[in-house]
Amino acid sequence: MTTTGIGAPVRRKEDFRFITGQGRYTDDIERPGQAHAYFLRSPHAHANIRSIDVSAARAMPGVVGVLTGEDLAKDGVGGLICGWMIHSKDGSPMKAGAHPALAVGKVRYVGDHVAVVIAETLAAAKDAAEAIVVDYETLAPVVDMNAAVKPGAPVIHDVASDNVVYDWHLGDKAATEAAFAKAKHVAKIDLVNNRLVPNPMETRAAIGEYDAGTEGYTLYTTSQNPHVARLVLSAFIGIAPEHKLRVIAPDVGGGFGSKIFIYAEETVCVWAAKKVGRPVKWTSDRTEAFLSDAHGRDHITHAELALDERGKMLAMRVKTKANLGAYLSTFSSCVPTYLYAPLLSGQYDIPAIYCEVEGIYTNTAPVDAYRGAGRPEATFVVERIVEVAARELGQDPAAFRRKNFVRKFPHQTPVIMAYDTGDYAASLDKALELIDYKNIGKRKRESARAGKLRGIGFSAYIEACGIAPSAAVGSLGAGVGLWESAEVRVNPVGTVEVLTGSHSHGQGHETTFAQLVCERLGIPIDQVAIVHGDTDKVQFGMGTYGSRSGAVGMSALSKALDKVIAKAKKVAAYALEASDADIEFKDGRFSVAGTDKSLAFGEVALQAYIAHKFSGQDLEPGLKEGAFYDPTNFTFPSGVHICELEIDPDTGVTKIDRWVAVDDFGIVINPMIVEGQVHGGIAQGVGQALLEGAHYDETGQLVTASYMDYCMPRADDLPSFTVGATVTPCPSNPLGIKGCGEAGAIAAPPAVINALTDALGHEDVTMPATPQVVWRAARKAALRAAAE
Amino acid sequence: MTTVTMTVNGKSVTANVDPRTLLSQFVRENLRLTGTHVGCDTSQCGACVVHVDGRAVKSCTTLAVSCDGSSVTTIEGLAVDGALHPMQEAFREHHGLQCGFCTPGMIMSAVDIVNRKGNALDEHTIREELEGNICRCTGYHNIVKAVEAGARAMAPGATSIAAE
Repeated sequence: MTTTGIGAPVRRKEDFRFITGQGRYTDDIERPGQAHAYFLRSPHAHANIRSIDVSAARAMPGVVGVLTGEDLAKDGVGGLICGWMIHSKDGSPMKAGAHPALAVGKVRYVGDHVAVVIAETLAAAKDAAEAIVVDYETLAPVVDMNAAVKPGAPVIHDVASDNVVYDWHLGDKAATEAAFAKAKHVAKIDLVNNRLVPNPMETRAAIGEYDAGTEGYTLYTTSQNPHVARLVLSAFIGIAPEHKLRVIAPDVGGGFGSKIFIYAEETVCVWAAKKVGRPVKWTSDRTEAFLSDAHGRDHITHAELALDERGKMLAMRVKTKANLGAYLSTFSSCVPTYLYAPLLSGQYDIPAIYCEVEGIYTNTAPVDAYRGAGRPEATFVVERIVEVAARELGQDPAAFRRKNFVRKFPHQTPVIMAYDTGDYAASLDKALELIDYKNIGKRKRESARAGKLRGIGFSAYIEACGIAPSAAVGSLGAGVGLWESAEVRVNPVGTVEVLTGSHSHGQGHETTFAQLVCERLGIPIDQVAIVHGDTDKVQFGMGTYGSRSGAVGMSALSKALDKVIAKAKKVAAYALEASDADIEFKDGRFSVAGTDKSLAFGEVALQAYIAHKFSGQDLEPGLKEGAFYDPTNFTFPSGVHICELEIDPDTGVTKIDRWVAVDDFGIVINPMIVEGQVHGGIAQGVGQALLEGAHYDETGQLVTASYMDYCMPRADDLPSFTVGATVTPCPSNPLGIKGCGEAGAIAAPPAVINALTDALGHEDVTMPATPQVVWRAARKAALRAAAE
Repeated sequence: MTTVTMTVNGKSVTANVDPRTLLSQFVRENLRLTGTHVGCDTSQCGACVVHVDGRAVKSCTTLAVSCDGSSVTTIEGLAVDGALHPMQEAFREHHGLQCGFCTPGMIMSAVDIVNRKGNALDEHTIREELEGNICRCTGYHNIVKAVEAGARAMAPGATSIAAE
């Protein structure tokens, strides 16, 4: 290992600009002549729009334009799309209601987009928005999923008269029922996976610009996948053809899934730029972000696990209602289906699984992928019911898990996935050692003497990352392929630019991708630049989500580097007057085998460009290669997280005392960055378990729409984490990488809740387990114990 | 419009501003010092922290006119003559940042914590004192380490930051 190659904890190349205040986020960009957009949003959860009168607003000082859904329709601008087709059990396609970027005739959630005001200043735009007169006919809203599917419930989209988007299933129902029929024990659980708001610290922002001379549009936007944004805006929404639309996603301040999607505001800004003849800038404020960013999770689930007399798992059946909000967001349909049910086997050998999912419309913000996307929901089901089963059978939760682990690989689950490799017992063993499991009884007694309740909770998770083999996802309904591209441009002096379709919004690609280049080309890391986030520079790419940048994006880079080295060897052969077969490349030098003749990488690059030593007919001048990499399988990172906590039964306050994470991410490029991803994921998972919850009241008002109402994890809510690793290299990609971005958020919630219920004498608690929830549970547990 | 004069990062600036202009808007829009970020508008997240007369202030809820005659330091003014401040170095060395959006406010708050609490900070103190700064990426683990190391490096006579 070199100091900057694979496996080195290289300090990040991108950090200098961030620690000195020179990062360049979308809101930091000012375009000449830019005007400011402000969106008038619906104050009602459900209402018909009888009329919109914008005449007074248009006359306000500083107003450049006021536009509505009618203007969009007149220009032939299409609605927002959902790019993954899901079919119901009966074969019928999902019921996707129209989703105009600005409402036409009806609003369906608080925050829905009614009109946009564009003015010289944001303040002028806000003032003018107050002068817009909207005549609403309010309708009864439906916020709760169970209420939404009752006969006679208000209908949100005419295409779905029962508010059901799809009624989907996966697995072998008959085999599952047969296994349950012969089970000696059945564990059952009812779960709510609480609704969350992703909350990257940088809110969404957009600047749309139109150049009348070239008839070209530019959109600066906070996107995790600028090429996908361009594709959707061009091919589906119809703003402009792809070669006339440039999308730039500069520094982006976190995404966690919420910046994958193509939203109304970005669409309107780029369209309106031509309409008003000015660059149009919009930056979300935090409350707008709460109202209009796609939310995450929000499931109600009943699950059952069938076991034989020894506690061996026989089958699992799961029935879930998934809240999809008022419209289908870009990838919302696949999150509670194909990103959820295929993970229900967890790390366990379960012969039969059957899962049913109803996707449901409600008068709430759209719900889509949030860190983990379906996999945290699946892991919560698996790890909670496994814990319940172990306790009901009186078995040690670690031993019970170990007994049921998958041990032979490859392993075909009954729900699509073929696990390629792993060593689940190794992660469990290491985690048990790191948390000092053998002394947990002693620590519990010590806590009890101090009047506290101590609990320990396990989470043995698996996730499917490296999203994804294009043909496989295509067969499941995806509208796009999920390969990745990379281009390596070697300059005549031997410096290198890598253009990648992956997008970094905190992941540190400028460092990790450069480490791979250093490792392979043997050049110093400061001679490598990673370029991403601009559709005019990078030819195409699918972006960053689903922990795919390492496994898929870097695999594409690896392929492109192979081609660069192969071409450079040919150049070196001419320059060194040797045959191709005799050229060896090692540590940045090309040499002729068995001689002392050699050239440095930079010298060969120069020879490639001056082309003096070979004929351009025999070998093309230049040194630039590209590659597209389409994975052959998902990757399957796994691990064991253990949470140990203490409850004060008098106040309900929970203090996490220890956290151990042992993850198998395969080969790791930069352990410092990978550990950072684990830390951040755990914090979001602990947030879900203890603090965070988006709550709509019965009228459809979001009552948690600021940081004073929605409890974000802060430094004093969390402990320091103990992070360990085991390694089984991924066999399906050239680098052996599995992916690490979502693991913490997937693993953490059941670890916390299992620890809480352990402390509370198995009394169930819902998420977020706030002090009030925990205090009530502690009271119930105490009363029950007294009665027994 | 109101005239406001203040010293920002050592330079005197005078501008005519709408009286409702916030200090965060003034530094970002009037002075184009965009390192100061706005993350929540409600004084919760701390991405907008700057120093006003040596004390940490949330600039998203401070009127620019209230800083008339004050001396303001933003993240851009922390490095002196191209040499990074020890707290900036510590954040880089300990991977105390990922997306970088909360980072300027974190660093400005961290320097203020050291100014108030001294150079020997324990984990509990750091976590309590960071209550007013939200990070969504790091889980705070490495920020805590960075602040502790940065505090030590800010002590008179300290020369470098040792990584763990």
